[in-house]
Amino acid sequence: MSTSKITIFRARRILTMNPARPEATHVAVRDGRILGAGSLEELQGWGAHDLDDRFADKVLMPGFVEGHSHTSEGTFWRYTYLGRFDRMDPDGKVWPGVKSIDEVVARLQEKERKLASADEPLSGWGLDPIYYGDRRVVRADFDRISTQRTIGVMHASGHILNVNSRALELAGLLRTGLNHPGVTLGSDGLPTGELKGPEAMTLVGKHVGFDREVLANDEPGLRRFARLCVRQGVTTATDLANLLPDDAVSMMQRVTGEAQFPVRIVSFRRFQALTPEQAVEIAVGLKKQATDRLRLGAIKLFVDGSIQGFSARLRWPGYYNGAPNGLWYTPPEAIAQLYRLALQKDVLVHSHTNGDQATEMALDCLDGALRDQPAPDHRFTLQHCQLADAAQFRRMSRLGMCANLFPNHHFYWGDQHYETTVGPERATRMNACATALASGVPLAIHSDAPVTPLGPLFTAWCAVNRLTASGRVLGTSERISVADALRTITLGAAWTLKLDGELGSIEVGKHADFAVLEDDPLEIAPEKLKDVRIWGTVQAGRLFPAAGA
Amino acid sequence: MKNSILPVTVVGGYLGTGKTTLVNNLLRAAAGRRIAVLVNDFGTTPIDRDLIVATDGDTLEISGGCVCCSYGSDLMERLMTLPEQRPDVERIVLEASGVALPGMVANAVTLLEPYRIDAVVVMADAETVQAQADDAYLGDTILRQLTAADLIILNRCDLVDDAARERTMTWLAQQAPDARVLPTSYADVAPELLIGLRDGPTPRRQAALQAPGAPDAASLYDALELDMPPDIDLQQLGSRLAAPGTGVLRAKGMARDESRGIAALHVVGKRFAVDPAPPGATPTKLVVIGLRGHLDRNAISNALRKA
Repeated sequence: MSTSKITIFRARRILTMNPARPEATHVAVRDGRILGAGSLEELQGWGAHDLDDRFADKVLMPGFVEGHSHTSEGTFWRYTYLGRFDRMDPDGKVWPGVKSIDEVVARLQEKERKLASADEPLSGWGLDPIYYGDRRVVRADFDRISTQRTIGVMHASGHILNVNSRALELAGLLRTGLNHPGVTLGSDGLPTGELKGPEAMTLVGKHVGFDREVLANDEPGLRRFARLCVRQGVTTATDLANLLPDDAVSMMQRVTGEAQFPVRIVSFRRFQALTPEQAVEIAVGLKKQATDRLRLGAIKLFVDGSIQGFSARLRWPGYYNGAPNGLWYTPPEAIAQLYRLALQKDVLVHSHTNGDQATEMALDCLDGALRDQPAPDHRFTLQHCQLADAAQFRRMSRLGMCANLFPNHHFYWGDQHYETTVGPERATRMNACATALASGVPLAIHSDAPVTPLGPLFTAWCAVNRLTASGRVLGTSERISVADALRTITLGAAWTLKLDGELGSIEVGKHADFAVLEDDPLEIAPEKLKDVRIWGTVQAGRLFPAAGA
Repeated sequence: MKNSILPVTVVGGYLGTGKTTLVNNLLRAAAGRRIAVLVNDFGTTPIDRDLIVATDGDTLEISGGCVCCSYGSDLMERLMTLPEQRPDVERIVLEASGVALPGMVANAVTLLEPYRIDAVVVMADAETVQAQADDAYLGDTILRQLTAADLIILNRCDLVDDAARERTMTWLAQQAPDARVLPTSYADVAPELLIGLRDGPTPRRQAALQAPGAPDAASLYDALELDMPPDIDLQQLGSRLAAPGTGVLRAKGMARDESRGIAALHVVGKRFAVDPAPPGATPTKLVVIGLRGHLDRNAISNALRKA
């Protein structure tokens, strides 16, 4: 018999996600794992224990699993937050949304006064000028703050960067004669300071604090990300597209291995500038370096771009506003070969597909690969998969594919999708959670943090209510129940990561990972689901109050 | 001597059209000129082994002073650091990935001051290009690649009969009316068409315009050497030589330009540029290359007279 200490936690209610006993009042924990959930009487049979009452008025759920985020959310909090909506930072401070371009400038001015050195760049993130009418942000706005230091502000989408004149000058872009779709020109023939797409952004990025080398391997950022996870009830989070160079892996191993690191990170190797053979070999090697709190060995693949950036690949009839079809990021031959080899070597592959044509291509490639290399439990997952229709979900089900949909898009860009990108009909079927479930597709939902804020309960609220920022409801028939939404942010996401055997529900043998809630998500009104207060988390039996994060 | 402006040849085209073979042919024909080849990845060895003299991470040293680097998703970053890292490099050959749009790649390069797009070259497979253009997934990408081309290299013509090649040429002329089309096999193309003519009183050609490994390739091309009148307007000359119907594949010449001293005119198909000439340059003849029987000598002489 083990000599380790047993703790039995009493709670107001425990939602286990275990259909055999969906609710309980007590959960027993030993060695960071769950001995059982049930009544005190049932659990006492495990022997001597401490009874811990601190959660007696709280609701426990399985720790939330964020199936599509990036640890760069932690990195971005080093910059000034300039989003339109309130957002909580890793310290728990809620930054109010910025309501106008003048407020954007004012917040940057306030930050500027605190900068010590005269040449330090002033950097912001989260800007979303679609909420400020037709007026674009231009360099003159930021030149009001400074013409001496460089200023750069990343948009919420991550696809646009606004800079001041000084930054353009240093990047060699303050000149006439430029002719590039990513560089907006003013009536004077000079760039306005709005730079779209990776090429134009890369040129200026390093001058305004968004240097790729700084952003990669960011230890303080990883720590900030972990604190955000605690505040949002997340005990396992993906870092979905990392190049994972050796130094980043050792940093992540060291930091996640610290006794007080509160979250399990699942980091996927991005498929880029590699042959499928090399990628699978690298993934197999990474798998051997995995630890309990740093899971490695899976691959992330990009099939297309983004819908709001018009780089997603759409099937007929294409974009509502007539924009040309988007871009392929990986040739079909490479996708098919990667799938085949990964199935052979039991390497998990998650594929980014935004447009429905990209989804169709991924399905075709997996269909072919499975014929060559049958693999009954591959868990290959389509990430975003925003525009998939019912037939595609049926096909995913038949191929054993999972979907991780992106309901947060409804809130942040749903109006834009309705009016501009894909039009009313497809906007109302986007992120068809109900169809996915009805088709038997294993479902997760995600934030893609930092694109939208990390917060599985907010994501669940989006899937349940399907409201846009302006209050429009996008497709009531695709709403899912609160119970289904809660399952997708726990066991559903765990399934797509092949972790459902060790986490995602509160039942014997699994990690003692809990989201500790002040309010009961099944009692609160569905339209208030996002307002459920979070005490913090328990991760592998260790307590992490948000107040101390 | 380092050029102040680095010409860039973008090589696009779908997988299997012969981009890698073309790049290797160019490196073999570099003859002392220092070319930096940028490739998306080193996946399938991008450079013939016998050409590689050293490997260092994402850089391969090529015999004769050339270099090959992979750029992954960081093309701009690579281009930004390259002139400082390799000040000896005279020219860039940028191999775009199979699904990239070479027109967009070229457009991105124009954002960087030290570079000039010399040509957008798109490879097509004579046997499969039309079928690919009909593919539900890839068709529009293939067509967007072709329509961005200054030169289309219709490769692997050895795999089709003459009638099929002519049909494909006609089809290409409809799809990409502004591009000049060069039929070939084994990516055999006179290297100066892609990496330019050398500087000199008469911009120098390789002997007999021979493509490597193709003894009879010379018969494919005609070249003209023409005197340029003093005070010629190179901009105007460039636009005339680049106009449809001249048959010009490449042209180069240097002349005195009132405002800028000596300037150099580069024409590749429909594209032309007038750059400041390298220091110490003097006026030269105009050299024009075209497919044999396709150069319109009258139009070219007229262009010189009127410009």
